[in-house]
Amino acid sequence: MLIQQVVNGLTLGAIYSLIALGYTLVYGILTMINFAHSEVLMLGAFMALGLAALLPAVFGTGLVGLVGMFVLSMAGAGLINVLIERFAYRPLRNVSRLAPLISAIGVSIILQNGVFLWISTQSLRFPEPVAIGQVEVFGATISSLQIIILGLALGLMALLHFFVEHTKLGKAMRACSDDIQTAGLMGINPNYIIALTFFVGGALGGAAGVLYGMNYGSIKYNLGFLPGAKAFTAAVLGGIGNIRGAVLGGFILGFLEVLASGYIPNGAQWRDVIAFTVLIIVLLVRPSGLLGEKIAEKV
Amino acid sequence: MRKILRWRWTPWAALAAAAIFPFIAGAIDAQYLVRVGGVIGLFMLLGLGLNFTLGYAGLFDLGFIAFYAIGAYTTAIAMRAGVPAPFALVLAVLVTLAVRALLGLTILRLRGDYLAVVTMGFGEIARLTINNLDALTNGPKGLQLAPWRPLSFLSADPNIQYYLMILLAVAAGVIASNRLEDSRVGRAWIAIREDEIAARLSGIPVRQYKLLAFTLSAAYAGLAGGLFAQWEQFVTPESFVFWESILVVSIVVLGGMGSIAGVLVGALVLVGFPPLMQWKLSADWINYRYLFFGLILVLVTLFRPQGILPSSRREAELTS
Repeated sequence: MLIQQVVNGLTLGAIYSLIALGYTLVYGILTMINFAHSEVLMLGAFMALGLAALLPAVFGTGLVGLVGMFVLSMAGAGLINVLIERFAYRPLRNVSRLAPLISAIGVSIILQNGVFLWISTQSLRFPEPVAIGQVEVFGATISSLQIIILGLALGLMALLHFFVEHTKLGKAMRACSDDIQTAGLMGINPNYIIALTFFVGGALGGAAGVLYGMNYGSIKYNLGFLPGAKAFTAAVLGGIGNIRGAVLGGFILGFLEVLASGYIPNGAQWRDVIAFTVLIIVLLVRPSGLLGEKIAEKV
Repeated sequence: MRKILRWRWTPWAALAAAAIFPFIAGAIDAQYLVRVGGVIGLFMLLGLGLNFTLGYAGLFDLGFIAFYAIGAYTTAIAMRAGVPAPFALVLAVLVTLAVRALLGLTILRLRGDYLAVVTMGFGEIARLTINNLDALTNGPKGLQLAPWRPLSFLSADPNIQYYLMILLAVAAGVIASNRLEDSRVGRAWIAIREDEIAARLSGIPVRQYKLLAFTLSAAYAGLAGGLFAQWEQFVTPESFVFWESILVVSIVVLGGMGSIAGVLVGALVLVGFPPLMQWKLSADWINYRYLFFGLILVLVTLFRPQGILPSSRREAELTS
């Protein structure tokens, strides 16, 4: 039973972590909450659905098709995020802190209603990527789907880690996140790095959307909202702006949810209450999140 | 435009026009708009309330609708227990104030976006608790209330009665906000918002004033929630979702933070627009109303990031 719950928690946590990374990357550079991120992940799932219908003709239904669908959806979601930044946030960058937030809410409503009006008002069935098998490990049933989700998510996180820590562009991203003006003086083009950050964050969000679709088997125009809000909470729990914090926060939230529904009577009803209560308590003890740096009071 | 806004009788003229409106609405076949007007009024109250927290104290709150819910449910539960309706409203305001003060005492030391997330969490906790606490709130099935019709001598239509009551509450709320803004307290809030450290060094007790702004917000939400419950005679957790909190924040920011007139205009535009489209457009277009709503949010923000009617003080800051 426990092992089963741990596996379920890992799967859910991996998806939350991927989404939370998108929030935290953008926040790290622009200190803004990208409210439209949940729509980017929804669009990622819808693109994957469209590609799943198209691609088998090109790549076949095997592993190549699956990877192709995954990579193309990620690229599409990243591109959408870049476009959102270009048109809805960049003109407001130096105006005020709240203006981009409102514009982001507007974009989110537009995208959601766009899909609602022009694609589908109903849930659409998400195709199974591979024939689903079951593996028995220590009495827990693990579906091959969960292994795929976990593997892809962890792989992407490792890739992100490599990119941010060991490449020149990643270094530029870290520099911008430390101090964007000084980074500009050192010859880094901040607009380019910001666009890149939105692309990476959007691509991870798109990947999470595809995994979410696989996990639940169906997608709908408003699917992004709930995981988006929870992943954002996870990012804050870990310390927003901190990449490791987002991953940690995502897994903690995933586990909390699964354990609450599994072990507390009526837990499924109360699991979100428990998750948010834990968040509030953690923030009261550590006001800048689990791994967040203490913000010095400006003088 | 500027001149009309500055004219000292403009608010009274607007109030008079709003008061006459339901009585002529029948003549122009617009009864539907009286109902819409009532809802706009409720959101004006919510906006005026959040304006204390967001506009004056600069604290970012994403769970404000929880206090609207607490006001509505307090009224409903009190009235079902036999408390007379006017006292139920007073009780609603007191309970929301108390809950808000307790919340403020615990969380106000958080800063910026951390505060936003914690308030969002509180909003969800409040809604889910209402939804799951069947014994007190009857869960998702909601609570029914006996009708209360104090203005039946003016009109037989309950929508018109509540429209007028809400209008009265909005007028009172505007006057209270206006007096507070020009008071010693209001000046302290503005000082804190402009530069917290300078304000502290000038001897303003920052923490207490922030808590005061944060708490006062709840009075408006509690009153709005109570009126909403009595008007609808029915409350369910459905009415208090996260999206509604976002709507209130959008009203304040889009209207112009810290500007009373701005908040009123923001509520009028954002809450009035979708039903207005529904009223006038053919069925093909009705589905598009939220798409246009999103477009309005984006376009207005892009072209007037300071808000539709910003407070003159804030506008001076932004342009300097």
